[in-house]
Order: sequence, then C-alpha cells, then structure tokens
Amino acid sequence: MKVRVTVMPKNGVLDPQGKAIGHALGSLGFDGVGEVRAGKVIELDLAETDPQAAKAAAEDMARRLLANAVIESFRVEIA
Amino acid sequence: MRAAVVVFPGTNRERDMALALKRAAGGRKPAMLWHGDAELPAGLDLVVLPGGFSYGDYLRCGAMAAQSPIMRAVKAFAERGGHVLGVCNGFQTLCEAGLLPGALLRNASLRFLSMDCHMRVERADTPFTSRFQRGQVFRATMAHGDGNYFADDGTLDRLEDTGLVALRYANPQGETPPEANRNGSARNIAGVLSPNLRVLGVMPHPENQVDPMIDGTDGLPLFESMAASLKAA
Repeated sequence: MKVRVTVMPKNGVLDPQGKAIGHALGSLGFDGVGEVRAGKVIELDLAETDPQAAKAAAEDMARRLLANAVIESFRVEIA
Repeated sequence: MRAAVVVFPGTNRERDMALALKRAAGGRKPAMLWHGDAELPAGLDLVVLPGGFSYGDYLRCGAMAAQSPIMRAVKAFAERGGHVLGVCNGFQTLCEAGLLPGALLRNASLRFLSMDCHMRVERADTPFTSRFQRGQVFRATMAHGDGNYFADDGTLDRLEDTGLVALRYANPQGETPPEANRNGSARNIAGVLSPNLRVLGVMPHPENQVDPMIDGTDGLPLFESMAASLKAA
C-alpha cells in the first residue's frame, strides 16, 4: 500500500528556501504570489494492506524520523 | 580525561578535534570510534561528535546520524551522566537525537558561511567553559550551511531562565547586534547546554584555534576546561 507523507516547515519557522523561490517567481514576472513555503514529500510502499493501520504506521514513522516536530509538521495520506 | 571522537560517513573534522583533545589532555590521544559501533569503550569521560557531514545529511542534517548504532550508546552514556560535546554537524546530531532542545535551520542568508566569528561566554561555571571568564569573547571559525538555531519561544525562555545558553554570537567588544549573528540564530545562540550541564552543542569550530603556530589559541580554553573538569572526575 502506497502512503504519502508531506512534511512542511511549521508556521512561524523561517523558510528561506520558500522565500528564495518567491523572489525567483517575482523576477520571472509572476505577479501576485504571496508567501511561498517549500517542504518535502516522502512516498512509502508499505506491506500493510489495511489503510487505517498503514496510516497509523506512517504517522509513527513521521513522528520518529521523517519530520522533526521542532520545526516541521506533517500530513499522511493513502496514495 | 579519557575522550573518544565519533566518526560518521562524511565526518571531516575528526583529526583536528583529536589534536585539540590530545593537546588539552597532556598528550593522551582520544579513541576514534566508528558510527557502526554499538558500544563505547569502558571508562570514557567524554564523547565528542565532530563536524563535517553525516550520511550525506539526507532528510535533515544529523537526522540519519541520530539513528546510528553508536548514537544509541552515546544517548545511554549521556543519560548515565557522561559528558558529550557536539560541534557543527555534531550539534545538529545532538538536537536530532533529542539530547539537546531545538533544531538548526538553513542559514537565514541561504549561504554557506565560511568565516571567523566571535562568541561570548555566557557562563564560566560549566565543565566546558571553566577556563574562560564569564563575558569573555573568543574567536572561532564557522563553516556551515545549517547553523540557524531555532526553538519555540517557550523553549528559548526556558533555556535563558535556566542558564542553558552557553555561548552567543557577539562582536569582538562582546555586544550582540544582529550583524554579529550571521546565520540568523534565535537570540544569537551559538551554544546550548543540557540541564545537567554535561552535554554541549556548539556550531562554530573551537578546535580550529588551539595551536599558536596555526591561527592562535582562542578555542583552547574550551578543551582545557574539559580536561581540568574531567581529570578530577
């Protein structure tokens, strides 16, 4: 079962990468771009076939390794 | 002082660190430990996580190193009251392993910083700083892309209130204006202590300045402090 974990910098945590992307979009002539935040997506192929159990397992993985709770939040979805 | 230096795949400052420890410990060489070791040698006083990189710094700097076999042993050592110093990537690894609070973000400028900086010693009654004076400023070398210390305001207040900020980025006069804080760290924090004062993480490299023939000895008191504290232990 494929599970997708999206990891984002928490609100209030400086995201210089997002800022730099925003600046670059501006210089390409894209107007009206507000805040840009850059995170990462991690796809997992799990042996588990029960969606609830797969989600719970991925959440545990996110808490323990994939995201750093000090600076990042995460979202788990069945892909 | 019986010290050991941990080497991860990608570590590149272990030799300078070993030389600094050897110099401070009266010629006694530290043990060099490999990341795959699951146990520390018996009778150690100090474990040092040096700078460089680790496991490609995949996911986040220090995140993979924090899960390595040796780090389980280092955590157990710290929990037993052992002394641990983490410099640069070692500081990132200590934060990722939960031995110190907070995290190190990308430098605010998005640039890798390779330059000297100054740090102010916030307290001189710790095993790492006893050979400095409180308020003393010393020079060290920065070489990092992710040295921007971050923690939520509650954690920062707790660190300040309990005296766990060991070192702050400062100018040579000892003031802490934003210009002295090149990586954008919260409250100019350059070094953080554990509540028992036995774990220190610091971002710049004090091991660069330990030899009068090579760029002076500004960083030497840090190593002499550890040698003095751990000799008696």
